[in-house]
Amino acid sequence: MTKRWLTTITFLGACLSFQAQAELVIDIVGGTEAALPIAIVPFGSEGPTAPINISEIISNDLASSGRFDPLPKRDLISEPHEKSEINFKDWRLLRSEGLLVGKVSTEDGELHKVQFQLFDVYKSQQLAGMRYQVPAGGLRRLAHKIADQVYEALTGEVGVFSTRLAFVTEVKGVDGKKRYALQVSDADGANPRTVLQSKQPILSPSWAPDGERLSYVSFENGNAEVFVQEMRSGRRNSVAAFKGINSAPSWSPDGTKLALTLSKSGNPEIYVLELASGKLSRVTHNSQAIDTEAVWMPNGKELLFTSDRGGRPQIYKVSVDGGRAQRVTFEGTYNSSADISPDGRTLTMVHGFKGKYYIAVQDLQTGTLQVLTETGRDESPSFAPNGRVILYATEQRGKALLASVSVDGEIHRRFGESGKDVREPAWSPLRK
Amino acid sequence: MKSLKITALCLSLIWFAGCTTTGNNQAGADGQNGEVMVEDRTGETSGIGDENASGTGIDGAETQVIVGEGDYTGDEINDPNSPLANRVVYFEYDSSAVRFEDQATLEAHTAYLGDNPNVTIRLIGHTDERGSREYNLALGERRALSIRQILMLQGASIQQFQVTSFGEERPEAEGFDESAWQQNRRVELIYIGQ
Repeated sequence: MTKRWLTTITFLGACLSFQAQAELVIDIVGGTEAALPIAIVPFGSEGPTAPINISEIISNDLASSGRFDPLPKRDLISEPHEKSEINFKDWRLLRSEGLLVGKVSTEDGELHKVQFQLFDVYKSQQLAGMRYQVPAGGLRRLAHKIADQVYEALTGEVGVFSTRLAFVTEVKGVDGKKRYALQVSDADGANPRTVLQSKQPILSPSWAPDGERLSYVSFENGNAEVFVQEMRSGRRNSVAAFKGINSAPSWSPDGTKLALTLSKSGNPEIYVLELASGKLSRVTHNSQAIDTEAVWMPNGKELLFTSDRGGRPQIYKVSVDGGRAQRVTFEGTYNSSADISPDGRTLTMVHGFKGKYYIAVQDLQTGTLQVLTETGRDESPSFAPNGRVILYATEQRGKALLASVSVDGEIHRRFGESGKDVREPAWSPLRK
Repeated sequence: MKSLKITALCLSLIWFAGCTTTGNNQAGADGQNGEVMVEDRTGETSGIGDENASGTGIDGAETQVIVGEGDYTGDEINDPNSPLANRVVYFEYDSSAVRFEDQATLEAHTAYLGDNPNVTIRLIGHTDERGSREYNLALGERRALSIRQILMLQGASIQQFQVTSFGEERPEAEGFDESAWQQNRRVELIYIGQ
């Protein structure tokens, strides 16, 4: 009897986990033990059903962070949609402290009214709550926005579910030729949109701090050139097409300048381009070395970059006005592709030793280095705008895909395979 | 005699490149003197599905030179038995030093370019997939420049060369092992108009 029950439970569990995988774009591959339980009641609806299941998106967002463990629907003792319907005493019997309720009403089929309330069930107290009015096209983003508020109310940290990701995809056509696309998706990998297609490689997307423009490298004219493209209009400009390499763009924190790598002098050097005036100033002057992959420190006064001036690629720091560069990384034979946390304290990079490449973080105060990943074929780390998670590119069974890891190395996620090679991820800034 | 001199130069370049990057540095300095810097800011286009994004002018990079019997004109560049028929040189990991195996090939191309000042050549540098894409883009260019430096040793002028890097973006062999990687660490020599 017990055995039969066990079998049934195992079978049910298998069904549930299969369903969860089919729904989620993201697989969590570790670190969920410490996740906080949360009760998310399916949102009530009045009028025609909304085209998007808001509470499900919120639930997936929170679960995908690895920091929350939404209760299964069958454990919910009732389905309240607002405070007056909640019997807090009953909800205290569950192991979850947080309770999220809400409802959607569609009046004329166009505008949707959405409201949510997050409660602490022990204190019978509202922690967050809002009422919105959105067109159908805005529902998905609103769901991510609500997830951000729940996340922030319960962790004290800024949520990044309503941000976006930019990345490059590569597919081989039936003619055997490769096609490249620059895509932008929601932070959960859903809703991908192509913003540029090319038969030639695309590299190094970088978000402007306003989240409305992307800079990237395109080989469409036969050579690496840097472009700036507006997300809303699709309008774009070539901003650097000098002889030699034009690459590795990085926006200044104030959005007025790009740091670039140009080899027009005959050797790759870091430059700063003032976008409004086109004024170019050279930052590095080491004509024996490769200097590339500049990234701005949040203070806007210094750049981190990769250089092999010491023999092998390492990360250096230099003033935007030029001058002497200071070496920052010392462990390992290959450190490159730096990105900096929003508070300027933590450096992430590709860390190579013994022919393998990992994502690592280094505390800039203490110099302590921690390797976060394991596959040995990891590249292009990019900080989430809350500094909590690092997105990067990796490989699995010969396929390039995106993955992320929390800065403490505890929570690993993998973005589902899409049949394309996916790489060069860049996490957008927070959206207003 | 001519040939010996090149070998000696190649050897010294290998030695330099092995110790420091002085060899490449030299190539860089040459580039600075002879090249015209073109600032092109006219490329304003619309975004998605833009015609320009289909990439023109690069298809040559994919073309293999076919040495067919009917095409044979008597120019030594078309002799399939000449070392000139070799149009790819290979490199060690994270290195831009020329290998001994490629010396005969490079000597032949150096002499040919020196003797034919109207001939132009495109040098396309590539790397294997390991490490960062941006660093590899720079490394591919360094390799192409190091080949250009050698190819100029017998009187060819800098105007005869176009240097491009694709970094790790255009691998010759797909795969995640040394046998694939060593085919990808290369510079292609593409004679323009042939």
